Amino acid sequence: MTEESLIALRAENLTKQVNSPEGALTILDNVSFDIDGGGSVAICGPSGAGKSTLLALLAGLDEASSGSVWLDGTELGSLDEDGRAALRARRVGFVFQSFHLIPALTALENVMLPLELDGANDPRQRARDTLAAVGLAERTRHYPNQLSGGEKQRVAIARAFAGKPAVLFADEPTGNLDSATGEKIIDLLFDLNREQQATLVLVTHDEQLASRCDRRIDLAAGRLVPDS
Amino acid sequence: MRSLARDFRAGELAVLGAALIIAVASVTAIGFLTDRIGQAVALQAAEVLAADLRVSSPRPLDPARMETARKRGLQTARTLSFPSVVFSGDDSVLTAINAVSEGYPLRGQVRIAPALLSEPAIIDGVPARGDVWLDTAVLARLGIDTGAQVEVGASTFTVAAVLTYRPDQTPGFTGLAPALIMNIDDIEATGLLGQGSRVSHAQLFAGSREQIRALAADIAPELPASARLRDRGDAGRELNDAISRAGRFLALASLVSLLLAAVAIAMSARRYAERRLDTAALMKSLGAPQRFVVISSLTQIVVIGIVAGLLGAFVGFGAERALSVVLSGLLRGDLPVPSARPLALGFGTALILLAGFALPSVLRLSTTPPLRVLRRDLSPPPPGAFLTYGAALAALVLLIYWSVRDVTLLVIIVGGTAVTGLVLFLVGRLLITLLSRGRSRVGVAWRYGLANIARRGSDSAIQVVAFGLGLMVLLILTLVRNDLLAGWRATLDTEAPNHFLINIQPDERAGVRDILVSNGLPAPEFVPLVRARMTRVDADAVGDRRFRSERGRRLAGRGANLTYAEQMSASNQLVAGVWWPAGYEGEPQVSVETEAARDMGVDIGNVLTFDIAGVQLTATVTSLREVEWDSFQPNFFMVFSPNSLRDYPKTFIASLKVPDDQRGALLKLVRTHPSVSVIDIEAVLDQVRQIIDKAALAVQSVFVFTLAAGLVVLFAAVQSTLDERRYESALLRTFGARRRTIFAGLAAEFIALGLAAGIFAALGASVVGGLAATQLFNLDYQLDPTLWLLGTLTGVVVVGLSGVLAAHGVVNTPPVRTLRAG
Repeated sequence: MTEESLIALRAENLTKQVNSPEGALTILDNVSFDIDGGGSVAICGPSGAGKSTLLALLAGLDEASSGSVWLDGTELGSLDEDGRAALRARRVGFVFQSFHLIPALTALENVMLPLELDGANDPRQRARDTLAAVGLAERTRHYPNQLSGGEKQRVAIARAFAGKPAVLFADEPTGNLDSATGEKIIDLLFDLNREQQATLVLVTHDEQLASRCDRRIDLAAGRLVPDS
Repeated sequence: MRSLARDFRAGELAVLGAALIIAVASVTAIGFLTDRIGQAVALQAAEVLAADLRVSSPRPLDPARMETARKRGLQTARTLSFPSVVFSGDDSVLTAINAVSEGYPLRGQVRIAPALLSEPAIIDGVPARGDVWLDTAVLARLGIDTGAQVEVGASTFTVAAVLTYRPDQTPGFTGLAPALIMNIDDIEATGLLGQGSRVSHAQLFAGSREQIRALAADIAPELPASARLRDRGDAGRELNDAISRAGRFLALASLVSLLLAAVAIAMSARRYAERRLDTAALMKSLGAPQRFVVISSLTQIVVIGIVAGLLGAFVGFGAERALSVVLSGLLRGDLPVPSARPLALGFGTALILLAGFALPSVLRLSTTPPLRVLRRDLSPPPPGAFLTYGAALAALVLLIYWSVRDVTLLVIIVGGTAVTGLVLFLVGRLLITLLSRGRSRVGVAWRYGLANIARRGSDSAIQVVAFGLGLMVLLILTLVRNDLLAGWRATLDTEAPNHFLINIQPDERAGVRDILVSNGLPAPEFVPLVRARMTRVDADAVGDRRFRSERGRRLAGRGANLTYAEQMSASNQLVAGVWWPAGYEGEPQVSVETEAARDMGVDIGNVLTFDIAGVQLTATVTSLREVEWDSFQPNFFMVFSPNSLRDYPKTFIASLKVPDDQRGALLKLVRTHPSVSVIDIEAVLDQVRQIIDKAALAVQSVFVFTLAAGLVVLFAAVQSTLDERRYESALLRTFGARRRTIFAGLAAEFIALGLAAGIFAALGASVVGGLAATQLFNLDYQLDPTLWLLGTLTGVVVVGLSGVLAAHGVVNTPPVRTLRAG
């Protein structure tokens, strides 16, 4: 194995600017770092520091103004939008603060969705197994509005892990949960991450949560805080 | 105004506007049409009679009356009209013959053209002797133009002009038969007049109002029961009744579009209000009073209402022009310019729809809690059920009453609409449930599409019904109608008679039989016919009697054709009472057709009195019969025992099957017996079919609005889900869905919805067709596969395309929105 292949994510001189009435606004300013495969990283910083923007760029949800992102060895700038989508379907999982389950689909169908988008074999059974792994074997036929907040986040976690992703992005995963439920969700997230050897990238401003990660990257006003 | 433009681009106001335009267009189109025709009728009430006063009768009228009138300074004229066949070589056309005297028409004008397709002009005068003016339709069917020779009865005439318009062309079947005008002095030589022939004699009078009133007062008491006196008022009333009935029916048809438009308006207004909640909350937090919030939104709605009202009226006006063209032939040309009343109707409709279906949502804005600026989940309390449903119901009742102007009908329609709406909605829901059952067996795009339909179950059902309804009616009017006509034709015995011979004088029977037999045709059976008018039922005069139905009044009041028979015809079946024994010579007995008896309120034991050429005949009803009318045998409402009618003046009729290659025999028959009229049943059926086709086309055009309204409901429903769809599209792309997959999901959703609407339409059309066939027409109904194919295909294509068109933008929502949402 080469050194390159051990790196799950690489950001190189990443800059994101948006146009505003007052002129160009720099949200991310020349950010570079590597994240090794298999570990967990917390991206921390105050509101407006550019955490979510960085996450969007790393996951290929948005395009950088300049700089490059390598995700699992692929340079995202070389892919078009559908190409990035295909890469996400194959290698990436997501957990969001507000769960983002599709209300029209059952818990099982929500978990099946990324598997099917990737054209995986036997998505139904795999989704069922993953739901059982997060303790929701009895809830497969429930719709999101029939689940509690904690249950919704478990479905979202099952959805994220079902496709055995190389990288899992989590955006404030406990933000909408009470602290006891949040605790359990975080345990689950870390357990599954360990089991599947995925790289966990966590955006949070919860210090306690950040401290559980192997490494943290601090952002302030769009720049990396040195020594983070 | 700037915010109006912005909100319009956001879509829901555009949908609201489109729904209003369709509603207003459909109402004004029908309004303009009935208004114009109504005006034309008012103008032409006198023209319809071609006189100020018209006396008509199946028997010759007293000529002394004309003399008296002339002496009093009135203008007079005389006409004779009857159906007969016009020949050119071997071709023949059944034509309404009008023989007119000098002076005709006393009111209105005749227009003729020198040749086919040339410009018509008003003509003052009547055809010269030996000349006739012929309708375009007759000329076209005979394949001739002016200058040609035609035979009418025993005479030959020159076609001197093309008849393009005559005033006393009444609506109805005889009014639609193509006409011929000849000089009354030529009529004797044709030999077409005989005792008891089906000629209508008319005397026309024109003069000042006082002269006419005095004349009418003098004439009325001395008229025989068979004669009819009509002045301008009567003529106008009759026509107006017929037209307002047709107008009401069309208005009801347009009501369906109105209802669907109302659904779309309610949907888009709801979304409009929801999108303005934040602004309203902000304005209130900054200190704006409730009034300000409401007025600023109401202004927008009212502007939309006015613009859409104007556009709708414009579209409606154009649609009316198109409808007039469709109905040409059923209506007369040269309709006057319409009044502004339909415009008021259209605008009124727009305002009522807005008030009933948009206002509750907009008013709700005023109760938006200002705290929403801090907590976005705070919404104003939903409008009270009373306000929402009360306003909608009030608007509906008002609109329906405006269309039908009849409280009983209003109650029936509102009740019927509620029940039908509920049943349709449940059928729609059932279809949706069935469809979504299939989603565990399909791919991700289809699963996502079907899941979307199932999630918005009620909205989806409304869309299925909204679109399916328009499609269903169109299917019924095209395919089912043709199937029924074809089915009916198929039941007609191929050996059934295809020609009637009428007006055969008693002494002509032997001659007619000889001609037919010598030409290889079977000897016909001659059925006697006596013209009469019913005057009493028991002791009640017919004129004073209350009838159970309009049809009963008409049946009893008009001239009746009576017959007598020793034995009952094979196409009749006794349902009550007993038939008279052979050789019966007792008191006169009559057997009445059972439906006519019911309509006239006549039963066994009633004594009916008839006026036959001034002589009274009284007979007791002793039996009721069912008649198979489509056997095309000569059949009668009233059949008497032979002894009762034998000695009255009569003619004979016969029916026979003439193969195409033996039609020459008919030509010989008419030449040797000119007073005998030959009626080609095929030609009559063709004319009936043409009338049905035109009427169906008119109703179809009205239902095109319904289809459009159904589509607007679809757009409104898609509009109201756009935010959700954008969010989900972004989410799906985050998980790695390609645009193609998301697009496929959308397409799957709308194709499935269209499929459901198509199934709904085909199902409804089959049920209606089946019921009509078995209950109304006694036909076997065969399920038509084209109906299902066309229904589902149209549903899938139209709904699929429109839905994808309305929602395709969401495919492009950038996935990064998932991180910003929530």
